[in-house]
Amino acid sequence: MKFTKTLAAAAAMGFALAGAATAGSHGGPVKAGFIYVGPIGDLGWTWTHDQGRLAVEAEFGDAVETSYVESVPEGADAERVMTQMARSGVDIIFTTSFGYMDPTINVAENFPDVAFEHATGYKRSENVSTYSARFYEGRHVIGLVAGAMTETNKIGYIASFPIPEVVRGINAAYLAAKSVNPDVEFKIVWVYTWFDPGKEADAANALIEQGVDVIMQHTDSPAAMTIAEEKGVFAFGQASDMSSFGPNAQLSGVLDVWGPYYVERVRAVMDGTWESTDTWHGIGDGMVGIAPFSDKIPADVQAMAQAATDALAAGTLHPFTGPINKQDGSVWLADGEIADDGTLAGLNFYVEGIDGELPN
Amino acid sequence: MDFSSLNAVAMIVLLIGAATPILLAAIGELVVEKSGVLNLGVEGMMIIGAVTGFIAATTTGSPMLGFVGGAIGGAVVSMLFAFLTQYLLSNQVATGLALTMFGLGMAALIGRNYNGIKPPRAERLDVPGLSDFPILGELLFSHDPIIYFSIVLVFAVWWFLNRSRAGLVLRACGENHDAAHSLGYNVQLIRFGAIMFGGACAGLGGAYVSLIRVPQWTEGMTAGVGWIALAIVVFASWKPWRVILGAYMFGGITILQLSLQALGISISGAYLSMTPYVVTIVVLVIMSADRKRASLNAPACLGRSFHASH
Repeated sequence: MKFTKTLAAAAAMGFALAGAATAGSHGGPVKAGFIYVGPIGDLGWTWTHDQGRLAVEAEFGDAVETSYVESVPEGADAERVMTQMARSGVDIIFTTSFGYMDPTINVAENFPDVAFEHATGYKRSENVSTYSARFYEGRHVIGLVAGAMTETNKIGYIASFPIPEVVRGINAAYLAAKSVNPDVEFKIVWVYTWFDPGKEADAANALIEQGVDVIMQHTDSPAAMTIAEEKGVFAFGQASDMSSFGPNAQLSGVLDVWGPYYVERVRAVMDGTWESTDTWHGIGDGMVGIAPFSDKIPADVQAMAQAATDALAAGTLHPFTGPINKQDGSVWLADGEIADDGTLAGLNFYVEGIDGELPN
Repeated sequence: MDFSSLNAVAMIVLLIGAATPILLAAIGELVVEKSGVLNLGVEGMMIIGAVTGFIAATTTGSPMLGFVGGAIGGAVVSMLFAFLTQYLLSNQVATGLALTMFGLGMAALIGRNYNGIKPPRAERLDVPGLSDFPILGELLFSHDPIIYFSIVLVFAVWWFLNRSRAGLVLRACGENHDAAHSLGYNVQLIRFGAIMFGGACAGLGGAYVSLIRVPQWTEGMTAGVGWIALAIVVFASWKPWRVILGAYMFGGITILQLSLQALGISISGAYLSMTPYVVTIVVLVIMSADRKRASLNAPACLGRSFHASH
């Protein structure tokens, strides 16, 4: 599978380059390239990044030229695709998955004149910026809703890979759910893929079989939402509003809004003011959105979730405020202490109360 | 650890759902390979079947017509492969890989307007009395019709290959196409037919994914099932019965590891996740350990182009 994906990516690059190679990189439009981990049609993660790309096109019109390659496997293959893209005279490249971190750093070394923007990673250099959204703020909100809505007190969580981003989401959702429902229990299934609708659906079924009545996911397809709708349980949209797949099942969702950031960064390249930065925006900056609350959520719960959303936006609430213990019972955050960004960026442990072992 | 909440019957029902697309695609590919053709485009034919089946089902409102549409879609796209490899004598490996890429792109294109639509639901079998029978009823009499069809299909393929004259001719094409040709059989036409059968089966498997396993259309949703099906054919050493074994084992371990995680078993998910693949590799190694026997099983002309020069 990996092999054909590579070929597909190579073929796609061929087409992209055929169009891009004719125009020079100076004087002409600014060229922005995007590398996606899944297909645009996943209607989740990759789709939202492509919405960001379209926002750049809408903002600058003819002054910008964008290109993208879909379904690029993380790892060595990504390096090759990035190299080809950089060679074709692209001015700024957005690499939109955690697994592109080392490839991005490696390729950026060879192309000092190209600006690189890596999503959700933590390694930067002269010409590599990182950016991510504080999705855990959104997870806090849907965690509150989930905790209030579950009747079996079992919440299912379909997780992709054990990286800080995903672990943060689990912890944030758990703490929020626990705060409104002390009996809540999380059942976490690791599927080791970002996008495999069949496996995501199987995981949802397996969770429902264990008595889960609210499902959260950190994978990219709407498969779990479809299964939730079919089985009559609740779920949350991931990255985009997935209510068309689960009109009865979707309670809310965490939305990714990349457009404004992409526009800002491309503008910086145009103005010649681009420099390596580290951006981590949340609900307040508009990078994280909350999908409309379903009318199945009682008014008081909606009000509570909305209040939390507003407080997060205003910066008066932080999902990781002590006292919080680690899973092993040792103290992580003392009373009133707020987790610093450095710790959050590398979060690699469950908080107290979550069952199961965090895979390495 | 408390296993009591692990519902074995529900797990088996899930397992069968996960295994059926693999089973359908693999049994089709088995016939193709028995005729001496290696079609690596299973994934591409499946995704085409997934989208055409989905479109057929949502526009007609009938899940059964959806499955027919999936099979037709898979068969039509496989004709492209058949024409290229049988009449233009293109390289089968390269053409098969191209077919996969073509299928993935084509499916994305024609499925553009079908995101977020709910397909009509295939009715499950409901035999009065039997389906409500505890455990056995749920295990044997409560599935969707395609699952029964897939088992019958395996039996039919076994019968066709081993008990019918036409099956003997097809196998002859796969074992020694020159001999089959000298006896007056049209090797290219027979292989063309086998490839179309394989395409229809793969398309049906794809439609199963988009209509039952994950009732929705999403780009690239088969996510590598076609490659598993190809591996299962080798795993089964080209024997229809073993295809069932292979597909159900792969599906079973996948479901088992997800269910164990949902149950909260403290084995690292990473190990559980890799087990289906590890077990497949181990079995492949065991089966191919005796090189003579392994090569006896593989059709002798597998992957070789045939050109009637005399």
